[in-house]
Amino acid sequence: MFELSYLKAKSLSEATSFLSTHPEAKFLSGGMTLLPTLKQRLARPTHLVDVSALAELGGIEAKGGQLVIGAITKHYEVAASAVVRKVIPALAYLAHQIGDQQVRNRGTLGGSVANNDPAADYPSAVLALNARIVTNKREIAADEFFQGMFATALEDGEIIVRVQFEVPRRAAYEKFRHPASGYAMTGVFIAEFDTGTRVAVTGAGPGVFRWTDAEAALAKQLAPASLEPLVVDHTNLNQDIHASQEYRANLVKVMAKRALQKLLNT
Amino acid sequence: MSKIELTVNGTKHTREVEDRTLLVDLLRDHLGLTGTHIGCDTSQCGCCTIHIDGRAIKSCTMLAAQAHGANIVTIEGMAQGEELHPVQQAFTDCHALQCGFCTPGMIMAVAALLKDNPNPTDEEIYHGLEGNLCRCTGYINIVKAVKQAAQTMK
Repeated sequence: MFELSYLKAKSLSEATSFLSTHPEAKFLSGGMTLLPTLKQRLARPTHLVDVSALAELGGIEAKGGQLVIGAITKHYEVAASAVVRKVIPALAYLAHQIGDQQVRNRGTLGGSVANNDPAADYPSAVLALNARIVTNKREIAADEFFQGMFATALEDGEIIVRVQFEVPRRAAYEKFRHPASGYAMTGVFIAEFDTGTRVAVTGAGPGVFRWTDAEAALAKQLAPASLEPLVVDHTNLNQDIHASQEYRANLVKVMAKRALQKLLNT
Repeated sequence: MSKIELTVNGTKHTREVEDRTLLVDLLRDHLGLTGTHIGCDTSQCGCCTIHIDGRAIKSCTMLAAQAHGANIVTIEGMAQGEELHPVQQAFTDCHALQCGFCTPGMIMAVAALLKDNPNPTDEEIYHGLEGNLCRCTGYINIVKAVKQAAQTMK
């Protein structure tokens, strides 16, 4: 790791003003992606500003049809939260599927969402649950937030404070885990609302996306048979040593059917 | 430089280290606790697993500075004198190791897993130990040891 300076922020305003005067500084919370990146010398920040103890970024609360989770909430806290398990059990389930127990003990919701790894689990839930991402500057709808591989609407020095999930009638998540890393080769999160059903896919493409054909088909009938005739266009999907584009296209449909069946069983 | 104060296996320590120092290097190089191993340096193998406030953490993926004020337990803190921790005893009884390199991290991960889930199914054991790699055993005897430890800790 290159030499750097570590700073433990005492308030959100201290953290953000530090980043505005030090353009090469980075926020640090769980560090489950950032620290391995630094160890491989793939990034060279001058400073790490630790925000992991800021009360302003914490908390889990259900209110007014929303589930509000603070950015520094760790994956294991979401998985174990009585509130999350009651209000959106699929989200608690998803959090328990991330990485491994050590990663879940350190990694945070805000870190995962801000990083927007194309194979991360959380972005699919944020998008399917029509969440609003609240930063230190503004609120951003999930549909505008995710902008492809590791790209988001966040500006330099902008930090996620909390994520406001819309509470669905029912929801379910299913993923095909990469056998070594646990990342989603393809993961599908389906959320049923009074206004319709949202289907978000992670791992298959260069970034999380909504499978709008499936949403339209499920609007007519919420049943796995509705997905059967759909064809997933493979040409924009990822291709690597683990799976071809065609294989991932098939996984999208298979995982969507499994998630839907699970949703219908809840 | 950062001045780090932390409690390790019940003993308070203060050390001044470079900000980029990893927690595992503080434990091994500054405190001489070499039971915590470095297996991969890419956050995959889990050999460096320790407990912070009772939860399993990969100490190679945390800065020492982040552990300021933390209460840490390493493999050296598991036995009570001559009496092995039930997870250590189960690993011995079930022959859950061959070369032993992954064992300290494996034991710390198992102890944390059993704290969250005192009676895990096979599937839950596999899921709970996904962050720890063993290249010798094929995991069969490790899973047996987890079950034995779960029994004795009831």
